[in-house]
Amino acid sequence: MSAREIILKRLRERSDGPLQAPQSDFTVVTGRGWSPQERLERFERLITSVHGEVIHTTHAEWTKRLIELLAAKSIRRLALGHEHPVPVAARTALRNQGVELVDVDRDIEDWKREQFETVDAGLTSTGGAIAETGSLWLWPSPDEPRLISLVPPVHIAVLDADAIEDTFFDVIETHGWAGGMPTNALLISGPSKTADIEQTLAYGVHGPRELVVLIRHQREAT
Amino acid sequence: MSVQHFIPQTYTPQAFHRQAHEALDDPQIRANFRRAMDGLITKRRDVFSDWDLEALRELGANIRLRALAKLPDLLEQLEANCQANGIRVHWAENGEAACRIIRELCEARGAKSVIKGKSMVSEEMHLNAHLEEAGIEALESDLGEYLVQLNEQTPSHIIMPAIHLNTDEISEILHDKTGTERTRDVDYMTAAARAQLRERFMAADVGISGVNFAVAETGTLCLVENEGNGRMTTTVPPVHIAVTGIEKVVEHLRDVPPLYALLTRSATGQHVTTYFNMISSPRKPGEHDGPEEVHLVLVDNGRSGIYQDNELLDTLRCIRCGACMNHCPVYTRVGGHTYGTTYPGPIGKILMPHMLGLEATKDLPTASSLCGACGEVCPVKIPIPDLLVRLRKESVGEGRGNVPGAGVKRSRKELLAWKGWQWLATHPAAWRGSTVIAGKLRALTPAKLGPWTEYRTAPKPAKVSLHALVKAHREELAGEGRS
Repeated sequence: MSAREIILKRLRERSDGPLQAPQSDFTVVTGRGWSPQERLERFERLITSVHGEVIHTTHAEWTKRLIELLAAKSIRRLALGHEHPVPVAARTALRNQGVELVDVDRDIEDWKREQFETVDAGLTSTGGAIAETGSLWLWPSPDEPRLISLVPPVHIAVLDADAIEDTFFDVIETHGWAGGMPTNALLISGPSKTADIEQTLAYGVHGPRELVVLIRHQREAT
Repeated sequence: MSVQHFIPQTYTPQAFHRQAHEALDDPQIRANFRRAMDGLITKRRDVFSDWDLEALRELGANIRLRALAKLPDLLEQLEANCQANGIRVHWAENGEAACRIIRELCEARGAKSVIKGKSMVSEEMHLNAHLEEAGIEALESDLGEYLVQLNEQTPSHIIMPAIHLNTDEISEILHDKTGTERTRDVDYMTAAARAQLRERFMAADVGISGVNFAVAETGTLCLVENEGNGRMTTTVPPVHIAVTGIEKVVEHLRDVPPLYALLTRSATGQHVTTYFNMISSPRKPGEHDGPEEVHLVLVDNGRSGIYQDNELLDTLRCIRCGACMNHCPVYTRVGGHTYGTTYPGPIGKILMPHMLGLEATKDLPTASSLCGACGEVCPVKIPIPDLLVRLRKESVGEGRGNVPGAGVKRSRKELLAWKGWQWLATHPAAWRGSTVIAGKLRALTPAKLGPWTEYRTAPKPAKVSLHALVKAHREELAGEGRS
């Protein structure tokens, strides 16, 4: 018998007999009933509490904020996609702004060291966010691969204010994740950190030292 | 500063008592653990303050029970869905078989260098040593694991592997092994480790990680982390091998959010970790990064034995948060290495006897005051104190014999003493007679009673027993009533 057969047989022929599976009540992880304003405030409070930065802007103005942000952080080389509306708009706005736009639609084997050592920041879209924990959710794609939110020292994420939902459970259910998962799905809640040296927090241990979230509102915040 | 605390040392469960004494005599160890555990207890309490914690724990326990009730079916479903997604699944009856599978996968790729994310199962089966013997270098990339590996130690906590080391000691280790400056600057040390490990991520042939939850419904492997080393390990090298105990499977994707909410809050008092990494397939055509090959190694290593028994089964609910050790008065005083086992603290005490047998671990179930803190904080409501009592029974041969090494502590003398006690206590006349005799012979009671009298005075029977005193008092009252 193979190891597989031996293990499954032992589990199936359990000496104390078959087990009853209980039903589960998920109400404790859903039904928060927060208003859009409460969701936004909670998201911002939590993600900034773990060193994330938040910039409020509008759909019309966000690329201007991006240009200012890149200048403020002296970002010279920005990695970004080609197809998603977020990188498309960014590419248009950043023409002749003195920022080198780094193509990411290349196999990592061909530019591993370049990405690890010469890119100042990665720009990505997001699928949405979770108010309860201050988390962004991303489904990396061929256009926006997995490593551009991890390897460069700064990650800039673009989030629409109306894409913030209450809980992780709500996101999975609302968007039907169980019906088809991508190669990689991610929750990101702040920049990379560690407390392995005597419980002292340090940022940027392996991934980005900084995470900046550009939150796009429909119109000017009042 | 003194460097004596990190001289590499081999700890074994057989030497628990000696190791406990050594740890208790070491003020540095006690201070490091006390400070860390106090901080974690406070953070956990604060982060659950706006939750209906009991409802969440109930749900967590219920999800794990459901997964265990359907375990063989879910493992087959997980395998089928992983394979449909392009993840290759391997089964291992024990640690040795799992090591062999992983080594062969590495050799098939001609791998010389492996980078590892944190995995307690890989510690359980001593994977690093196995790979080193085969000429494959395995480097830990979680900062705590990296420090512990540089110092030729094992983790002293399942979530915070280097919790036994303080800043000065870590500075000394990094200076010794990697040539960094001696400093108390944590940012400097973190940046140095980042630079050292980035080279290794780029060069690694294979990445090996653990799994926090394996979702049967979608064939998804979930990894929880703060550092980003787990994402690096599972994305940069061309091959990713995930290794997990067979009990880590859950039925549905929607089972994940409650367990994740319990895990991060119970472990470190965080609302959420920096990264929650869900992997469902290798790199697909058109994608530009991620491994070409993803493997999942399902390890039994004693778990199917635990699974047979209705009471012991609860051990397998564990989601490895470490809250039981953070709240354990014994763990906090003696630290993780004292236990001499991969998993220390309360969860180690109820898990390791199944993996190593009670012969080797007979002192672990008794290293507890049964205060109940571990059971009270467990996010999936494992009745740890009850399981400790059960293992004590098994070790003296009074259980069901479902644990390897059951009966190892059975002693004829002790058994006879208890039988005699039982007979006396159920025969009132003999009991009364014996207390009278004990009162008369009290001068002969020995002053030394083994370990009991190391820190206590020996008990001495009273001149007159309580029964006799009450009887006399009643007679006196009755006499007063008559006059």
